[in-house]
Amino acid sequence: MNHFARLGLPAALDLEPAALDRAYFALQRQWHPDRFVAKPPEERAKASTEAAALNDAYRTLKDPLSRAVYFAELKGVELPADGKTIDDPELLMEAMEAREELHEAGSAEAVHALAAKAREDMKNSLARLGSLFLRDDKPAIRKALLRLRYLDKFAEEARARRMNLERSSA
Amino acid sequence: MTLLEIHEPGETPLPHAGEGSLAVGIDLGTTNSVVAIAREGKPAALHDETGKAMVPSVVAYPSSGGVLVGDEARLLMPQEPRNVVASVKRLMGRGAADLHTVAGVLPYEIEPGSGETDMVKLRIAGKARSPVEISAEILKALRKRAEEALDKHVERAVITVPAYFDDAARTATRDAARVAGFEVLRLVNEPTAAALAYGLDKGSEGLYAVYDLGGGTFDFSLLRLEKGVFQVLATGGDTALGGDDFDRAIAERMLAERKKDGLDDQVDEAAVKAALALARHMKEQLSDRDQTSGRLELLAVPSFHALTRAEFEAMIADYVKRTLGIARNVLADANMTAAEVQGVVLVGGSTRVPLVRIEVARMIGKPPLTDIDPDEVVALGAALQAEALTGGGDTLLLDVTPLSLGLETMGGIVEKVVPRNTPIPVQLAQDFTTYQDGQTAMAIHVVQGEREMVADCRSLARFELLGIPPMTAGAARIRVSFAVDADGLLTVSAEERTTGVQQRIEVKPSYGLSHEDMADMLYDSLENAEADMTARLLTEARVEARRSLLALDAALAKDGALLDAAERAALDQGRARLESAIAGEDRDEINAAAEALETLSKPFAERRMDRGIREALAGKSVNELESRVGE
Ligand SMILES: Nc1ncnc2c1ncn2[C@@H]1O[C@H](COP(=O)(O)OP(=O)(O)OP(=O)(O)O)[C@@H](O)[C@H]1O
Ligand SMILES: [Mg+2]
Repeated sequence: MNHFARLGLPAALDLEPAALDRAYFALQRQWHPDRFVAKPPEERAKASTEAAALNDAYRTLKDPLSRAVYFAELKGVELPADGKTIDDPELLMEAMEAREELHEAGSAEAVHALAAKAREDMKNSLARLGSLFLRDDKPAIRKALLRLRYLDKFAEEARARRMNLERSSA
Repeated sequence: MTLLEIHEPGETPLPHAGEGSLAVGIDLGTTNSVVAIAREGKPAALHDETGKAMVPSVVAYPSSGGVLVGDEARLLMPQEPRNVVASVKRLMGRGAADLHTVAGVLPYEIEPGSGETDMVKLRIAGKARSPVEISAEILKALRKRAEEALDKHVERAVITVPAYFDDAARTATRDAARVAGFEVLRLVNEPTAAALAYGLDKGSEGLYAVYDLGGGTFDFSLLRLEKGVFQVLATGGDTALGGDDFDRAIAERMLAERKKDGLDDQVDEAAVKAALALARHMKEQLSDRDQTSGRLELLAVPSFHALTRAEFEAMIADYVKRTLGIARNVLADANMTAAEVQGVVLVGGSTRVPLVRIEVARMIGKPPLTDIDPDEVVALGAALQAEALTGGGDTLLLDVTPLSLGLETMGGIVEKVVPRNTPIPVQLAQDFTTYQDGQTAMAIHVVQGEREMVADCRSLARFELLGIPPMTAGAARIRVSFAVDADGLLTVSAEERTTGVQQRIEVKPSYGLSHEDMADMLYDSLENAEADMTARLLTEARVEARRSLLALDAALAKDGALLDAAERAALDQGRARLESAIAGEDRDEINAAAEALETLSKPFAERRMDRGIREALAGKSVNELESRVGE
């Protein structure tokens, strides 16, 4: 069963967070292992599997990027399994330059500014994804998602670096 | 007894001890432990005769034999420091390398486990004891307290653990509870339990943070509270950061001062323990005043030490900063800002330190919430969850994994399979392949932690998937599945997908207990079980006897006129015998005296019965009659 169906939601790129939460809470009320403590082992095992599947679905659909990747895969867009490989020369170039910039940023504020820029970029790219899906432009979707994945990783790295800088200056 | 069952109107009779068992909530703390019970959504901590809820998490093995727990154990510290263990929680699931020293000395004699990575054991009174069995003693004492307070068997419990506890420490806690004879209904994270108690009490909704700084551990959790749902969004912490560290800093300073004055050139275990105890006392005083001083006497040489609050704050500033860094990380993990947090709940004794309060308030931008006693709130939450799990309830606790789980891949790099803050229970799998032609085995190394390199993470288990059919490199499909249950405990299994060769293990070897260890401990506790059982039967006999005395008194007060003087004197004599039996320790005598009294009171009971029937025939309803009898 796909993650959307499991939560009883229509498969879509855009999801209202409140609707996702509502569906998830209602189903967890039914399946969470806490409700099965006194039940026979088979029922407990089933509930546990069901609750785990709900958690997996929720986790995947809650984050806009992982939802977009999942939705793209449902639509037949093929993406490399790990987030690490970059096979787009243009993106590779961008990534190398950004990494250099990150290393040169000497203060927590400078690093924070880079991370914020990446997040802003992500937001805008995510907003543009919808029209690519409408056109069903698979190569463009793939390219956009790979770049989004890279930006996400970059923002994460910047955050770690900022923490380190803050710690060493503290 | 054939006496009419007499109850207060509207009150149900005391159920027989052993008739069903209750489920309690236990906060098994580094410094203090608390047991609580909830009834109809109202939790209460169970107190001792003096009204204290907290049991110091101290265990002593006195040279005279036996085991002491709590205040009694603490009192033995000055005389037999080597036989007293405090803060054992810090050792749960830990290896020798994880231990802290004071002035280069450990406050206990340790015995590294058999393997290099095994959980340490402490050598106390000539016997190696594992942290699990020492913790089990604390749990047994809590169980006893609960059974005495409730007059019932207590066999089931929800036990709290620091949210940031890793798999080894969680497993060790569950094992300790089993050794103590508990069925563990659930391990619940301490900050989540606190949020539950707080949220249910205050009916709060929205985004809340829990800042829990206890004796040994720090946790920070971010939760969303909404219509009975307690959803943990992210959690973080440090399982070796707490009030103990503050004590250590002060103790180090005092010992250094003594050394500078040429008082001792060498300190031993006993000296360290004495310095730590004094340090803790001074620290707690500094929460209410600006300066304090203490007298440390080691080997009959006293020294005096002054400490101001400002000095103390400078000593702990780094620790406090570390907690705030962790808190900021948790907020970032959840994609939230401090401004969005509606309130921060303070939990744990170390949040009484003014510097901690000020810094937390500054970070969150609001005064912290301390409405519920920070010492009891975790146990109260655990009790609520215990009731919900056994009696049903409408709240839903959705918790997460505190640390990422992964596997070692080529070059000692960690491949994460379950990222931190994933909601549990969870089952996730990842595929791997062989890297050599004809490879028939694959080593699987499970690790926990956030770092990229295996060497920087905690190793949880190693096993080998054998019997992979020889294929060219990269052709095999090995799926490794991770399952984390609602207690936060991990099971890993591996399967070669093209042929279906499968292996499944429950992860706990490296820091867990061997089967033999567990069997030994269970055996030990069985040895004690007999003594426990005798004590339980005695308690039950007393309860039963007291009940029949109460019943008799009520009947005498009402219908005493039905007896003549001689009968009354005989009954009073029987009554006195039973009372003195209750005061004694002999269960058989209690039962015999109770039986004798029953025989003596039989004619009286029959006369009352007759009269009851006559009254009923006179047109009174049975209900009325019962309530009249109970007047
Ligand atoms: N007034 C006070 N001022 C400063 N510290 C205090 C005060 N009262 C208690 N503490 C400290 O709080 C710590 C104990 O807190 P608590 O009982 O919450 O810990 P715990 O639950 O046993 O530990 P943990 O949760 O880490 O396992 C001790 O270090 C103690 O010295
Ligand atoms: Mg605590």
